[in-house]
Amino acid sequence: MQQFFQALMTGLADGAIYASLALALVLIYKATEVINFAQGEMAMFTTYIAWALMTHSHFGHTLSYWPAFLLTLLIAFGFGVGLQRVVIRPLERASVLTVVMATIALLVILNGLAAWIWSPELKFFPSPFPTSTWVIGGVHISKQDTGTFGVTIACVVVLWLFFRFTKLGLAMRAGAVNPGAARLLGVRTSWLLALGWGFAAVLGAVSGMMSAPTNFLSPSMMQATLIFAFAGAVLGGLESPVGAVIGGLGLGVLLSMLGTYVHLVTPELRLPVALLVLLVVLLVKPAGLFGRVVVRRV
Amino acid sequence: MRSKLGYVGFVLLVAAVIVAPTVSTHYRTFQLAFVGIYLIALLGLNILTGLTGQISLGHGAFMGVGAYTTTLLVVDHGWNNLLTLPVAGVIAGIAGLAFGLPATRFAGPYLALATFAIPLSFIGLLKRFPHFTGGTLGKQLPSVHPQFGIHANSSVWIYWVAWVVALVMFVLAFALVRGRFGRALRSVRDSEIAATASGVSTAGVKTAAFGISAFFCGVAGGLFAIAVTYVNPDTFPIDLSILLLVGIVIGGAGSLGGMLFGALFVEFIRITWGPWLLDAFSRLHHVNTRAPGSSLVVYGVVLLLVLYAAPAGAAGLVRKLLTGRTTIAAWARHGRAAADDQA
Repeated sequence: MQQFFQALMTGLADGAIYASLALALVLIYKATEVINFAQGEMAMFTTYIAWALMTHSHFGHTLSYWPAFLLTLLIAFGFGVGLQRVVIRPLERASVLTVVMATIALLVILNGLAAWIWSPELKFFPSPFPTSTWVIGGVHISKQDTGTFGVTIACVVVLWLFFRFTKLGLAMRAGAVNPGAARLLGVRTSWLLALGWGFAAVLGAVSGMMSAPTNFLSPSMMQATLIFAFAGAVLGGLESPVGAVIGGLGLGVLLSMLGTYVHLVTPELRLPVALLVLLVVLLVKPAGLFGRVVVRRV
Repeated sequence: MRSKLGYVGFVLLVAAVIVAPTVSTHYRTFQLAFVGIYLIALLGLNILTGLTGQISLGHGAFMGVGAYTTTLLVVDHGWNNLLTLPVAGVIAGIAGLAFGLPATRFAGPYLALATFAIPLSFIGLLKRFPHFTGGTLGKQLPSVHPQFGIHANSSVWIYWVAWVVALVMFVLAFALVRGRFGRALRSVRDSEIAATASGVSTAGVKTAAFGISAFFCGVAGGLFAIAVTYVNPDTFPIDLSILLLVGIVIGGAGSLGGMLFGALFVEFIRITWGPWLLDAFSRLHHVNTRAPGSSLVVYGVVLLLVLYAAPAGAAGLVRKLLTGRTTIAAWARHGRAAADDQA
């Protein structure tokens, strides 16, 4: 039983990171109908920026963790908006496939740039949370995992509140559902897409900074996470933000349980298992656990 | 290849293939052998991406499946390396079908994200079962020797093997896409709704395209293993899959002949053209052009520029030069159809 709860806690901490990136994917998709392949690399890049803020001196002093964290979120927002304006907007009238190719180009460029600027060696990234654990009923609960979980879920809740209760959030949802009608009603849909990219970049930065202390900082650190996030999003139903979060958490727990109880599943098999989950969900329940079956009108 | 231009182009290609090794050094000939190998992979991926409109970021792994099939058959079962090539293709094709069957339920971009998982999962599987695959260390193949009593340098021999197979695969690809099946592929790309209404099984066509493209990549992978005489999990990283896709766009998605330009790009951008472009750039701004990652930045930027300026790729530029007609990029047509639907 103790082992079970231990696996559950570890799984939830991993799952929270998948959930935040899954939510970023679903958000951009709902707002723009584009899958952003650079999502993981954007997260990686902004995590490097946080690292640089903390370790290199800027204007005479380095920042401590939380100021660097907040400043990185701001930079990430500007970065996301900027990328959309500069790279994606010129392709506004192009096909979805062209835009997807452009995000793949971004993936390649950001990956190369990170290695170019900061060298591809693994780097240590600090955690704001202590490495000690609480022991409750024999289960070791890591403070770091709890902190990761808390920060990630807090970001998700803030974002959900924004979409649910603000006028801007409503406009963004409207722009996604029916861009033509929203534009006629005075919603500036083009800028809303940029906002969507900005928010997704912020979520990505959070997941990057939360996963870096355990995964270490490297140009390819987010590639696997992006796939786990996607598998989580598919599990939850691709069109549903709530589903993305629950799917991400669920996948984290599932992988942790399999790793604990099934000897065949070593760390090397985590990704193949995620791929298998993805394919099985598609075969059995293509809309995912929380998605609706979408009927397209001709 | 609908016009005479295509046939003339093919004859010119065959002539160039025959002449090239007589005017090249052995090292350059060896590089050109890889152009042939990449050409096979690109022809396959083009059937899926260029003609059917389904982006895959995983076909490097199907090359890997083919390469490992060849390696295991040669090293552990003592097969003649040339005889393993069809098997490599078929095994990779089956892997492609197995993945494509569920995955083609995804609409466009989601399929691409699902395929992103293939190379990373493939590497994980290779490392998990080291008794079978050789694990992280990989496996060493015997060095290449000319067969059938031919005396030649091993680079020249590899060149001939690669290009004979490549030309056969080129004709095969042409035969596949010219008729009814090719029209079905293009209809799925241009409008899935219209394709369904015309009696095309979109899921079936996509799955078939997935299997065929994986078959081509498997053959390419088998040749790759024979040529480099060594495979390990890092031989087929995600970067290779991305580079194949970039090759499709640079060459001109949907065009068979364009894949030749794509294959040249894939082979030469990293070691020859990329550093050359960077050197030219560093004369203007002083940058460390030998730093890791710099080549990635170069081809990422090239890809972006092509998307903006010449979405029909090299094939589109050549056609415009020869016929004066602008070609709409294969995927731009997809967007036009969607735009017309809304209007």
